[in-house]
Amino acid sequence: MDIAKDIRRRIVDIGFRCGQKGIHFGGILSLVEIMLAIYSESVFDKKNDRVVLSKGHGALAQYLVMEHYGMLKKGEVDKYKEDFALCSVHPSRSSGTGIDYSSGSLGQGLSLGCGIALAKKNKNQAGKVYVVLGDGECDEGSVWESIMFASQMGLDNIIAIIDANELQYDGATKEIIDLSNLAMKISAFGWKTYDVNGHNINEIMEAILEKDYVPKAIVAHTIKGKGISFMEGDATWHNRNLTQEQYKVAMEEL
Amino acid sequence: MTYNVKSLSRLGPSGVFGKVAMELGEQYDNIGIFTADLRHFSGLDRFGTVFPDKFFNVGIAEQNLIGVAAGFASEGNIAFATTYASFASMRCLDQVFMNMAYMNLNVKLVGFAAGLSTGILGPTHMSINDMAIFRSLPNITILSPADGMEIVEAVKAAAEINGPVYIRLTGALDNPVVYDNDIDYVIGKANKLHTGDDITIFSTGTMVYESLKASEILSKEGIGVSVYDVHTIRPFDTESMIDTMDAKLFVTVEEHGIAGGLGDTVLCALNEIGEKKQVLKIGIPCEWSHSADYSALKEKYDLVGDRIANTIHEQYVNMRKEIL
Repeated sequence: MDIAKDIRRRIVDIGFRCGQKGIHFGGILSLVEIMLAIYSESVFDKKNDRVVLSKGHGALAQYLVMEHYGMLKKGEVDKYKEDFALCSVHPSRSSGTGIDYSSGSLGQGLSLGCGIALAKKNKNQAGKVYVVLGDGECDEGSVWESIMFASQMGLDNIIAIIDANELQYDGATKEIIDLSNLAMKISAFGWKTYDVNGHNINEIMEAILEKDYVPKAIVAHTIKGKGISFMEGDATWHNRNLTQEQYKVAMEEL
Repeated sequence: MTYNVKSLSRLGPSGVFGKVAMELGEQYDNIGIFTADLRHFSGLDRFGTVFPDKFFNVGIAEQNLIGVAAGFASEGNIAFATTYASFASMRCLDQVFMNMAYMNLNVKLVGFAAGLSTGILGPTHMSINDMAIFRSLPNITILSPADGMEIVEAVKAAAEINGPVYIRLTGALDNPVVYDNDIDYVIGKANKLHTGDDITIFSTGTMVYESLKASEILSKEGIGVSVYDVHTIRPFDTESMIDTMDAKLFVTVEEHGIAGGLGDTVLCALNEIGEKKQVLKIGIPCEWSHSADYSALKEKYDLVGDRIANTIHEQYVNMRKEIL
């Protein structure tokens, strides 16, 4: 069974069920392998590891992967985008579903992750802190405040994974704020960085498991809307709804 | 621990915070104090030296300050974060919203120089809307201590409760003394410091001392005044207000803008219990002032005892005339 494909089919199903409301197809579909790599059994320590989804609009991918590994309250994800649903568009700590941290306002998760990593390091506690960001999100200055802080404090237990799908709401990141050579920029701040294919779970896992002695950033190069030909690389699928016809095509492709 | 009240007065809010921080550092294994390049300003020179593993300086990065403190708190710790009240309430407001209000994390945010004490630095350093901002955010307890001894109590009480707290620190060096060591302090319970039947003053922060001075002047003029120290803005002590409902006039006095602060807290509480009462709000108008010394600004806005007494007297006499 191809788990990634399976999860993408559920994303399209749920997205279609949301009807006119639409969902953030692009940034959810680009995130699937990243979330699968983090939560995979050979990587994730359920007791000690923490995951902060800083690009909160991708939460559906996190919910579905957590559900796959039995970490999410059963049945909740199917209510995604219904009124007052606990699995909301952006993850919520108070939902009681198994999500530890809220997001929805971009550029904040890495600071939070640094605080968690600092608390652990300070008491010599086991566990890694994964923070998942979007590349467009790195426009936010607060991201760079926390990048500087992590180096200063020597937080070797933090792993930032950037879903670099090269598109943001208004178009190509290159044309808005060019963040090419993102790994180089981050490594200039004292982090160990990796460029990987963000749709290759093994590549992401290998970078995660690499033993490093400084904060680690993995720039996971992805395709926004991955898996569905008419969505791939099209910024208009950031948040959009599927027609019956498109739904059929999407499911056939998966 | 017994504190020397005179020495607390001399030290001002920063020095007092530094002193009580030492007590917390001894008491709690799981405490961390974070600051944004304001170690000295927050009175934390000694704390940082004695407890290097409990002190963290994030640099001039208030947004990161709140996120890091919140992440630290989320692992079962108590996090204090310190900066100027102006920056605590505005520069990192979205981080405060996400981490303290929304996620309800155990962060105690300490806002120094609330009000006018660093007004010589200009409007950027006059914090006259921090209470209004924090009142608009769910979950956050808001404390506004009156003097050194009450700062000690507020900080210790904030550490004890599990949840986000904003501690608003008004005043400067040589803060006047209101309390000595036998202070009664319970979060959410206003302290009645003077009793009289005609007028009730609700005051907070530095204005508690000035309101007590005003009440003495008014008492000599035959006007009976009760004075409450509203050290907790949220949860507001509505019971204390109900106890004094026979007063002919309510007055609120605060070193804060009249929009959204203690005055509006009292008005909201009256509205909630369906009572009507004339409320005279004494505070800072919604305007900018050119930079000036603390005492000059307090004079300008009539936030000193004798001027507070005058303002109240005038209103009270006019009110009586209308009734007669």
